Amino acid sequence: MAEQINLDEMKKAIGTQSEPSTIEIEKGMIRKFAEAIEDPNPLWQDEQHAKKARHGGIVAPPGLLMAVMMVGQGSPMPFRPPMPRILDGGGEWEYFKPIRPGDVLTVVGKLYDIREREGRMGKMLFIVSETTWTNQNNELVARALGTLINY
Amino acid sequence: MAKQVYYEDVEEGMEIPSLAKDVTTQQLVKWAGASGDYYQIHYDKDFAQATGLPGVIVHGRLKSSFLGQLLSDWVGEEGMVKKVSVQHRGMDFPGEQMTCKGKVTKKHVQDGEHIVELEIWTENPRGERTAPGSAVVALPSRG
Repeated sequence: MAEQINLDEMKKAIGTQSEPSTIEIEKGMIRKFAEAIEDPNPLWQDEQHAKKARHGGIVAPPGLLMAVMMVGQGSPMPFRPPMPRILDGGGEWEYFKPIRPGDVLTVVGKLYDIREREGRMGKMLFIVSETTWTNQNNELVARALGTLINY
Repeated sequence: MAKQVYYEDVEEGMEIPSLAKDVTTQQLVKWAGASGDYYQIHYDKDFAQATGLPGVIVHGRLKSSFLGQLLSDWVGEEGMVKKVSVQHRGMDFPGEQMTCKGKVTKKHVQDGEHIVELEIWTENPRGERTAPGSAVVALPSRG
């Protein structure tokens, strides 16, 4: 049961945190994101328009934090996913504060959980990572849990 | 933009306006560039098939972002999306229309905020829910 032993080894890494990284939110980044998903909402791009809305200025759409590499996502695994194939199992994003152009976010990733399951295609690992984003005022702006399926 | 929706307008069980997306391979490439996710199963058919997939598939995070758009469209300028949760249960393919939908499951006032909870999902042309999930939003109140 070599695979079982590996899982136990991997589980020891639960709780491992990444080194914090920082990311500066820019208007151009938000525009590029909105264009990629074809979301024409003026709240993401039109300062004059956004000024009159709830947050009083341009903010990032909820999806921005789903664009993994753009906003950083600590993937603090001290090992590579052991099986050859990877699928995105899903995720959960919680938003506490609006994210605005000019914000400098500190991103920390943490290995949150590893589970094993027998699926249609054999053994599958569910690797869950937590990511937190904190802004320059030391406010927690968002938290996410993302699940990778490794099979 | 659509008219602002208020907490008082919302009833449990009501569906929110759906959002249709015609995903093309071009959009997958744009998403890869914007998100930095260059995993080849999303643009290289040979690579995708070699891993056992029927073809290029739509990024899960792109679908989640569409559900984010469904919600931000609905809550409007005075609302806020507070939580989005998505599970990927089925694959979507470029060239097929995907429809994002949502249904109100609960409404309540919490710490002075007017909270609405929803069931959300993406649906393929065969009516299958490929990415079911849930969401929490805050809406303005007329009160």
